[in-house]
Amino acid sequence: MANNDVEKNNRQFVVFKLGDQEFGVDIHNVSIVEKYMNITRVPSTPIYIKGVINLRGEIIPIMSLRAKFGLPEKEADDDTRIIIFKFNDVVMGVIVDVVSEVAYFDDENIESVTSITNDRSLDYITGIVKHEGRLITLLNIEKFALELMSKDTAER
Amino acid sequence: MMDMNQYLDIFVEEAKEHLQQLNTSLLQLEKNNKDKAILNEIFRVAHTLKGMAGTMGFFKMQTLTHHMEDVLDMLRNERIVVNPDMVDILFECLDALETYVNTVSLSGNEGDKEFKNVVDALSEILEGGTGNGKPAVSQTKEQNPKENDGTPSEKLRVDLNQYDINVINKAFEAGMNVFEIHVELDKGCLLKAARAFIVFQILEKNSEVIKSVPKVEDIEDERFDFEFTVVAITNKDREFFEKEINSVAEIYKVEVTPVFPQHLEAETTEEKVPDEAEMPAKTANVQEESAQTPKKAQKPKKTVRVDIERLDTLMNLVSELIIIKNSLEANLDNADFDTDSIEYLERITTSIHDAVMKVRMVPIEQVFDRFPRMIRDIARELDKDIELHMFGKETELDRTVIDEIGDPLIHILRNSADHGLESRSERAKTGKPPVGNIYLRAYQDGNNVVIEVEDDGRGIDIAKVRRKIVERGLETPDIVASLSDKEVIEYLFKPSFSTADEVTDLSGRGVGLDVVKTKIEALGGVVEVETAWGKGTKFSIRIPLTLAIIQALLVKIGSEKYAIPLSSISEIVNVKPEEIRMVRNQEVILLRNMVIPVVRLNEILEVPDSIENQKAITCVIVKKGDKLSSFLVDSLVGQQEIVIKSLGKVLSNIKYIAGATILGDGNVALILDVNSLAL
Repeated sequence: MANNDVEKNNRQFVVFKLGDQEFGVDIHNVSIVEKYMNITRVPSTPIYIKGVINLRGEIIPIMSLRAKFGLPEKEADDDTRIIIFKFNDVVMGVIVDVVSEVAYFDDENIESVTSITNDRSLDYITGIVKHEGRLITLLNIEKFALELMSKDTAER
Repeated sequence: MMDMNQYLDIFVEEAKEHLQQLNTSLLQLEKNNKDKAILNEIFRVAHTLKGMAGTMGFFKMQTLTHHMEDVLDMLRNERIVVNPDMVDILFECLDALETYVNTVSLSGNEGDKEFKNVVDALSEILEGGTGNGKPAVSQTKEQNPKENDGTPSEKLRVDLNQYDINVINKAFEAGMNVFEIHVELDKGCLLKAARAFIVFQILEKNSEVIKSVPKVEDIEDERFDFEFTVVAITNKDREFFEKEINSVAEIYKVEVTPVFPQHLEAETTEEKVPDEAEMPAKTANVQEESAQTPKKAQKPKKTVRVDIERLDTLMNLVSELIIIKNSLEANLDNADFDTDSIEYLERITTSIHDAVMKVRMVPIEQVFDRFPRMIRDIARELDKDIELHMFGKETELDRTVIDEIGDPLIHILRNSADHGLESRSERAKTGKPPVGNIYLRAYQDGNNVVIEVEDDGRGIDIAKVRRKIVERGLETPDIVASLSDKEVIEYLFKPSFSTADEVTDLSGRGVGLDVVKTKIEALGGVVEVETAWGKGTKFSIRIPLTLAIIQALLVKIGSEKYAIPLSSISEIVNVKPEEIRMVRNQEVILLRNMVIPVVRLNEILEVPDSIENQKAITCVIVKKGDKLSSFLVDSLVGQQEIVIKSLGKVLSNIKYIAGATILGDGNVALILDVNSLAL
């Protein structure tokens, strides 16, 4: 929508919803947004790992953000999407209720969260932005992937 | 120069092959420095490399190989004699050449390094050798210990090379006597080495010993049966030695036979001096063999070089083909269709898969070949005598595995050489021969390849490992006490766990075995350790032959489908629920008088909707090593060729799951990790 006001400190984000809350993720790390598909459960994984999908021959682990944030689970419907992220050589998908838009946010409008709190659980949150009167929480999904991998090594 | 670029890859590939050949030949030369065939081979390689480097315009490389060629030519023409220092220098040349080639492969040019010291060392040899520099006898002496390393034959024959013969001839010209002296000690003699020492003192006082069988060091270390033979140049006569040596206590017999120059000359062409009539034929045979073997090895096979990436692409395409074939089968099950053509398709895909797999198979030789050099260097560094015995070099493995298996093997070999094998003095104390042995074996076992590294060293001190576990705070003393030896050994593979009191350059930093384990498991393999205190340790690595596509049995548990690798299934039986009994808190079934523990997959895998209480329960009997376990499943789907896919980095180490595969309907089925599930 805001193609014209591309400026240097403007970054593009994918905005999605979990219930009433809105979240944003940097589009650089998003490789594709897919419709919900059949997920194969993988045993002995954390509760928020829903399993794996076959995305055109590639096996991709899928995480439920609802489960991760302690929200009640919701049946998949026509709006449900899987956002596939790619960080270097790590690929993972995240289930969200609905993808609402792709928007540009100006760095100046992004409030850093470290100024509000030192809580470590907020590590995933990179900032909060006010956009058209709504508050959107910006997430760093890579942290979840890193956390999963480090947990893995610790268990071994 | 632009035109040259297309040849760079070929140059690097070929140079690497030649360097490998050079490495092998140098190691042979070190063991057997009188074999002309080896020298010729080394010369040939140096010459080829020189030509290749020249064509490509790598002048530093050309200069180095040119110097090597000069030295090798002198060696070939016996103007100078191989000695250990010279072999060292040749090894340095090899290292320098490897550096050049590596630089070329990275940057396209040979870099700025001159390796002046190596070139200088070569020049030094050239100058030292062309003049009549070093006195002949001293050179022979240097060379002595290296000769005759073969096991003594019944009569302990002394083989003389051309050089010895020259020395002997010179001695005759100078009017000296040359004797072959055979000494036999009393069978009851307790201090063999001491007696031999006295004999050698007499010999050395009155003569120049040019040859000894067994080697002098071996005699000093008491590594000989009650007899030994020497060749000595002397101005004393035969009776003198007979009398002197007989005066030593516990001598059973002394035979002094004169060696004559004409006798020698007659056999010069054979380069050996037989001391009895029956010998010539034998020696000649051996010579012929050793001269022919390298020739045979050189015979080039007709090959095509293919970029490994192309093979990977081909392999991926085959995988896709198999997935599509499976999907076709699934879709056509209901339809009215000619099943013959589907079966034909199936046969073809399987054959294509096999063929592509075979193309990717490479003998493990590639990996093994660098180990003798490595062990040689380690042995020098640690001041230990280490002999590396390699078996099954021809065993073939997938290229991907070959590329990955090197590092873990290096870790284990270093570990064996450093921690496993004791120092010379420690070995002597425990009555072991001073030379430590490391056995490296590779062989195929069903669908797996097993690689073993075994040493005859001190073994793993289990008690020490237990103490370390407590010290490191990994477990409480109570828990450690309850662990079995096998479980204790598992701790060696934990990150940052090392039992070495001293950190050496080679190992002991606690990075190693955990890396080994991770690497091997990433290849779908397992590492096992067997150890006997004081006797040695054996590491066994078991890796699947094929990585990408396997035959598997699909089973259903609840609504979920799982794949079990067919290679680990021994049989499938149906049992009634009441046939599952409890023995010591473990559910078991009885099969042909064997007690087999039961694994309820639905419980372990937390399957939500498994059907329990069936009338007949399907048991998949799996084998883990030689132990059997019975996996309970709801039903069988069928046998299928499956393409193994990784679960990705995020889920790389999930318990019980070895990977995933895509079924005909596009859904994902998980592949069970039998090793972690079986009891």
